[in-house]
Amino acid sequence: MGAIVEVHNLGMKYHSLNGEITALEHINLEVDEGEFISIVGPSGCGKSTLLSLMAGLLKPTEGSVIIGGRQVAGPDNQVGYMLQKDYLFEWRTIYENVILGLEITRTLDSHTRAYVLKLLETYGLSEFRDKYPNQLSGGMRQRAALIRTLAVNPQILLLDEAFSALDYQTRLAVAEDIYSIIKRENKTAILVTHDIAESISMADRVVVLTKRPGTIKKIYPIRLTCDRKTPMSCREAPEFRHYFNSIWKDLDIHF
Amino acid sequence: MNSNGISKEHLAYLRKVRMRKALILSLRLFLLVAVFALWELMARMKLIDPFITSQPSRIVNTIARLYQEGKLFYHTGITCLETVIGFLLGTIAGTLTAIVLWWSELLSRVLEPYLVVLNSLPKIALGPIFIVWIGAGPSSIIAIALTISLIVTILEVLNGFMSVDSEKIKLVRTFGANRLQVLTKVVLPSSYPVMINALKVNVGLSWVGVIVGEFLVSKAGLGYLIVYGGQVFQLDLVMTSVLILSIAAALMYQGVVYIERLLIRSGRHTPL
Repeated sequence: MGAIVEVHNLGMKYHSLNGEITALEHINLEVDEGEFISIVGPSGCGKSTLLSLMAGLLKPTEGSVIIGGRQVAGPDNQVGYMLQKDYLFEWRTIYENVILGLEITRTLDSHTRAYVLKLLETYGLSEFRDKYPNQLSGGMRQRAALIRTLAVNPQILLLDEAFSALDYQTRLAVAEDIYSIIKRENKTAILVTHDIAESISMADRVVVLTKRPGTIKKIYPIRLTCDRKTPMSCREAPEFRHYFNSIWKDLDIHF
Repeated sequence: MNSNGISKEHLAYLRKVRMRKALILSLRLFLLVAVFALWELMARMKLIDPFITSQPSRIVNTIARLYQEGKLFYHTGITCLETVIGFLLGTIAGTLTAIVLWWSELLSRVLEPYLVVLNSLPKIALGPIFIVWIGAGPSSIIAIALTISLIVTILEVLNGFMSVDSEKIKLVRTFGANRLQVLTKVVLPSSYPVMINALKVNVGLSWVGVIVGEFLVSKAGLGYLIVYGGQVFQLDLVMTSVLILSIAAALMYQGVVYIERLLIRSGRHTPL
């Protein structure tokens, strides 16, 4: 099985009246199908820009992103995007929220509706389908947001600091939950985070970016000795803190 | 603990809250009755001149007379109708214009200074122009009412559109939403409370526009009765009209509040 995502010599410049800013430079990356990649980097290094380029929300000023053999030219149903907060619309019920993507892509039919209902059923949200988002807990809302992303059946999930708006305890639980759903649905995932521990515990490989202009500094293949690979148990693996220390040094954070 | 599982302290607290509510309500009623009673009393004791200040009993007589002559509902109805049409048109036209300006950033940037000028211009100054252009009738009055609420609505609703969370827009864009879908799926439903608020403000503004319009056109309506009463020194008629006006305005505002509650309860927004 080959690479599902290929990033070739990607570069991005932003223009403003004060001049131009090079956010990313010479990014080359391949992601295999079913792989879980974490991208960490100091704040402002262009992590989110990289995801926006992959999602087709921005046009690169240099290089290209190829997903599933096709060059990304705009938002595409192959790619699902998870934002920092769940952004469930409070005027829609959970069911109406999760079919949002299908509505927009005009692909809501009996087949896709059955798929959504099955997802809601599998992940314990069936009984909440007619409830409004503010009647759900933070973890449940995050699940609903994931199902909204999964509803259009993307091959790749981009998680943009997807858990950072949650408090720490909820965050650990939700990361565990989302991780198991992603694995179960057999999706390729790319997670952007500033949490080193989170990146190691979830990923098969961790990509470390440099300060602006962001380039790839190092890629760590993560090999942890934990019998059942869930983010929580992996945090207890003996190698965990070695990875943590190396990445921490790579990030080179000064005050 | 009693059978409902409510403690004695809590019952005492609830009773205190109820008592306070009852106190406020009765004081309000007392204030109303006292003002009218004092007014009537002072007029009867010749402390004030009812020819200038009118008095409650004469107001009641005037209402009865207007009713017998079939004028009460005629004038009140005309004013209310003009106001409703004015504020509905103002809200709808204002919201539509705001949508156009949201759609085209260039257009909204170009028109920005003109909107600011129009917003600070006292729209009543345009009254005579409308009368010349449209004619001295209800259409001019509605036009004045509409102009007063239009610019405020445009600015208010556009501001609401602009303050929609950009991440929510990003979310629908990741699904490949076009501009129309961004509008219908995110921007409009998010701005729903802003639009309801504009409706509330516009009710008040439309009353101003309609009454001023009736002052200028002077053919029918409560505004006409007030101006006519003032000119022929019939303060009974003026006071009566003002009283009816305040009741009608309060009722219409309550109507909008009621509609707002209905819409909220139907669950589309912030369900509790």
